[in-house]
Amino acid sequence: MTDVMILGTRKGLLIFERDDLAWRFRSESFKAQPVSHATLDSRTGTLWAAIDHGHWGNKLHRSNDLGVTWAEVAAPTFPESAIMFTGFSEGDEQRASKPAVVSYIWLIQPGGLDQPNRIYIGTEPGGLFQSDDNGETFHLVEGLWNRPEREKWWFGGGRDHPGVCSICVDPRDSRHVLIGISVGGVYETHDDGATWEAKNKGLFANYLPDGYAEFGHDPHFMAMSPSNPDVLWQQNHCGVFRSADSAQTWTDISQKGGPVYFGFPIALDAKDDQTAWVVPAIDAEYRVAVEQALCVCRTAARHGRPCARGCPRLMRSMSYSATRWTLTGGGWHLGRPPATCMCRTIGVIRGSAWVAISRRFIRSDLRRCKV
Amino acid sequence: MPHVRFSSHLQKFFPTLQQNIVVEGKTAAEVVAALNQRYPGLGAYLVDERGALRKHVNIFIGQDMLADRKTLQDAVSDDHILFIMQALSGG
Repeated sequence: MTDVMILGTRKGLLIFERDDLAWRFRSESFKAQPVSHATLDSRTGTLWAAIDHGHWGNKLHRSNDLGVTWAEVAAPTFPESAIMFTGFSEGDEQRASKPAVVSYIWLIQPGGLDQPNRIYIGTEPGGLFQSDDNGETFHLVEGLWNRPEREKWWFGGGRDHPGVCSICVDPRDSRHVLIGISVGGVYETHDDGATWEAKNKGLFANYLPDGYAEFGHDPHFMAMSPSNPDVLWQQNHCGVFRSADSAQTWTDISQKGGPVYFGFPIALDAKDDQTAWVVPAIDAEYRVAVEQALCVCRTAARHGRPCARGCPRLMRSMSYSATRWTLTGGGWHLGRPPATCMCRTIGVIRGSAWVAISRRFIRSDLRRCKV
Repeated sequence: MPHVRFSSHLQKFFPTLQQNIVVEGKTAAEVVAALNQRYPGLGAYLVDERGALRKHVNIFIGQDMLADRKTLQDAVSDDHILFIMQALSGG
């Protein structure tokens, strides 16, 4: 099968495909529209894209021919009774609230192999939505939304409201799902979403009075090892963490004195549950590229306890915006936007060799114009 | 019946959208509902799931900007022209 790279950007969706080692441009969709997430459902071949229109709201599209044609489907909406919490006003004992509306589609995640029509959508302000008819209709997963700590412990980080930004479906049991909420923490269900429990033991949040609080953590991106689903990794606001017991406990594997601490993406090896890659930035306070470059770090210990030391790969040709790209999947995709201006896209062979996929983004042919 | 004119930007998503449409409606909300009936899905581009006008969308009724952005209860008469457009956010 041809490798396909689906690249969501703030200015549209680009698809590349690879035959042998050569990547070539295949198509462009949603020109000039921000693509908040796109994913290919390998169960059905359906390609999904979420569009974050500045003016017209968040929309959901699907394609059955890998982006040649698209059909818009109704994006998830909150039920009338759902309320979202805003800020505290002076003298208030409770946070103000207002009717909930979907303000951002963070993530589109297909369900398990035994649920061919199951699609999850993670949204801001913290709503997880579920479809069992391949996206014809969605409903709010109320068991999560109705968690009592949502009012006090879920809040915005980077954006105004909390977002469901990671969804991991256990391939051994589709009723077992783990999600990450930024900010809120990790949650787990064993009963297909009816009930949820927080799973943040071992995480530390330096912006909370009690850094080891049960809730209120900020897992920017969490992923489940394809070869060992008990192993989970997360690039958190406050470090890189790994769990070997299905998120019952987390271990901080951030790099002491090195760049591996703050960032957004994390990618896992398809066959080795000891190996992951992160793309750190310099601390939450600065959020700038490490040494003015894209820095990709791989876990140093291939066997035994992983620790994110060493192996920084610096690609000086990359722009800062690239540090927010996500590298996901068993193969490698450059996935999550935003990247308004791309300098160069890259491919990787386990991080040990890097090739330029395309130089088409670099325009060196400056043209003179009369002024 | 009131006339409705649109920003050309919406034609990108609704290619058959005409520039001058006549629909029934005594309020702006009723006009949006009628538009959504004629162009299924168009309503969700203009208002959120609570029926509130999206933050960066404007509706003018004649020369007046819509006052009730939450429920769109501004009155519309038969001789009104409604302009529906995106706000000029960001300069």
